[in-house]
Amino acid sequence: MSSNQLTDSGQLRHFLTIEGLKQPLLTEIMDRAEQFSGITNRQVKKVPLLRGKTIFNLFFENSTRTRTTFELAAKRLSADVINLNINTSATSKGESLLDTLHNLEAMHSDMFVVRHSQSGAAEFIAQHVAPHVSVINAGDGCHAHPTQAMLDMFTIRRHKQHFPDLRVAIVGDILHSRVARSQIQALSTLGVGEIRVIGPKTILPADTQTLGVHVYHDMAAGLEGVDVVIMLRLQHERMQGALLPSAREYYDCFGLTDEKLKLAKPDAIVMHPGPINRGVEIASTVADGPQSVILEQVTHGIAIRMAVMSMTLGAQSEQQEVQA
Amino acid sequence: MKLRITNGRVIDPASQLDGQHDILISGGNIVAITEHHDDFTADQTIDASGLIVCPGLVDLSVRLREPGQEHTATIDSETRAAVAGGITSLAIPPDTDPVIDTPAVIELIEDRAKKAGRAMVHTIGALTQDLKGEFLAEMAALKAAGSVGMSNSLSPIKNSIIQRRAMEYAATLDLTVFINAFDPWLQDKGCVHEGTVSTRLGLQGIPETAETIAVSRDLLLIEQTGVRAHFHNISTARAVKMIQDAQSRGLAVTADVSAHHLHLCEHDLGNYDSQSHVLPPLRSIRDREQLQQGLRDGILTAVSSNHQPLDADAKLGPFSETTAGISGLETLLPLTMKLVDDDEISLNQAIACLTHQPADILGIEAGRLTIGGQADICIFNPNAQNECQPNNFISAGKNSPFAGWLFNSEVSHTLFAGNIVFEK
Repeated sequence: MSSNQLTDSGQLRHFLTIEGLKQPLLTEIMDRAEQFSGITNRQVKKVPLLRGKTIFNLFFENSTRTRTTFELAAKRLSADVINLNINTSATSKGESLLDTLHNLEAMHSDMFVVRHSQSGAAEFIAQHVAPHVSVINAGDGCHAHPTQAMLDMFTIRRHKQHFPDLRVAIVGDILHSRVARSQIQALSTLGVGEIRVIGPKTILPADTQTLGVHVYHDMAAGLEGVDVVIMLRLQHERMQGALLPSAREYYDCFGLTDEKLKLAKPDAIVMHPGPINRGVEIASTVADGPQSVILEQVTHGIAIRMAVMSMTLGAQSEQQEVQA
Repeated sequence: MKLRITNGRVIDPASQLDGQHDILISGGNIVAITEHHDDFTADQTIDASGLIVCPGLVDLSVRLREPGQEHTATIDSETRAAVAGGITSLAIPPDTDPVIDTPAVIELIEDRAKKAGRAMVHTIGALTQDLKGEFLAEMAALKAAGSVGMSNSLSPIKNSIIQRRAMEYAATLDLTVFINAFDPWLQDKGCVHEGTVSTRLGLQGIPETAETIAVSRDLLLIEQTGVRAHFHNISTARAVKMIQDAQSRGLAVTADVSAHHLHLCEHDLGNYDSQSHVLPPLRSIRDREQLQQGLRDGILTAVSSNHQPLDADAKLGPFSETTAGISGLETLLPLTMKLVDDDEISLNQAIACLTHQPADILGIEAGRLTIGGQADICIFNPNAQNECQPNNFISAGKNSPFAGWLFNSEVSHTLFAGNIVFEK
């Protein structure tokens, strides 16, 4: 649980992890995103909420989709956005990471959107930034990716009525997945009836059930009767270090095909945080099929990120007014 | 100089002494432990009313950072910290730079320690040259130069035939082999205990088997080679059990536990607190309980600081990028005494684990109050009520997860060879 992502009055000051956030706050994020998604369909896709604010996208790890949607979200809120792709080898020491941050603070930034390869990096940065700067975690190591989880919840809410009635299965590499950890926390907080994770033991973390999920090693059993199927990306490097024998065997056992999808409820939706590996974790016919909402997820990412950015910067200025 | 320590409660587990006595010191040695009525005229008297007087503490694993990392800490700075913690004898592992695999390095360290003149610094020599696990170090030469034992420190010997031969050769020379037991492949780049916390925080875990597989292999080799061996810094319940079994089979095996593993567990990592980043990692609550039990049962016979001073930058970064280690010299006594306050172990056990028991593991004279023996003495207040403030440590390393902890025990005086080397 992050100790410092909420203000004294319980507003979002940073957005680092889903863990520890209460259900009404998650609902507020989704409601806010719902308002913003209207803007996206207008001719002029901009609101002046963050005019005059400067947002730095600090990507210590490569990303196209996430960085782009954060950038679009910031621009639609009328903020100034600066993208920095920082080579991690140049900042492998904490000291220079802090030096980088302090230099950017000196340029009067208001928000850092951070992606980093190490778990806990966003938390570390939030602990060390100046009090007027908000930090949004755009993915830290294997730990958390809270905006991705929220856009997934938003997508589920658009398609399904009531979270407690749902059965959700997450399939694949949970061990290395920050997305899965954040999704599981969000689904639990929203009261989802049953969360299942499906995968071979080598890519499930120790004591997986302590995350509040049911563990399945058999895809057919795990998909039986679920409302939502979330497929995770399988990194090719997992074949090294003897985690898995081959992409082919993985696809045979854990890839989502039309046939396997039939085991889920007929109206089940299929999600994927992207980028997808066709023929590794998911068949093209499923990814492009009628039950897939994968592209919708991308679209919703903009509204969710607008919501989170406006909420954190709003809480930030409130806090400063109180203190002033 | 003639010195009298009066009115203190003198506890020396080695001689089963516990009572109100005066200790008389002359010429650097203890000349008598008596009732108050004697005709000894002291130049100086220490009034130890309400205080406990015990042998100077003995610490099995201390990194002084010299030679090699003098920018972090030095023999001078760390022996100063040692005596502030009541420690007068300490053993340093061979992973200095250069490695302790030649007599010259031992001479350098002993020379610097002698100049500092506060505590006895014992060296543990390298088992293999440059700790590479390929060629045996010249153990006879290292022994002759003063090494109290041999170790490959934090570079476990992967090749079992080399490990076996190193043990055989050490046994030939009647040397104790000190082992930090972990399987390097299972440990890999892990930085926390593999369990609920590693799963929640998304950090690479180190499974229990990283320790137990290494202990298991080494116990079998110890049995085969007949070497006398000591396991440093045991962290798992299962390893305690394995060592107990080995001891009951009659193997010459001892083990210690670090003070922090007796108090902290994986949950103390909180929100990526890098001060709790240590190797072996803080393990489960059950492991911690069994380590305390192992101490009570006399399977683990020493508590060590596993002192690793670090500069501030080493702890500043995302968790897995920070350096593992805790600055432990100044919390060794209060943490061990806290177990007495918590009724986990007896006062006698606590002091034994810090004095003659570790001294016996090192095969040195220290850790006891002997008439005619060197006057290495620790005097401490067991009812001090102190808040731990790492920034006020004398050690150059302020890296400690115990900031804000309330300690009851505080060292008031430390004597080394009859000289007062620390006074509160």
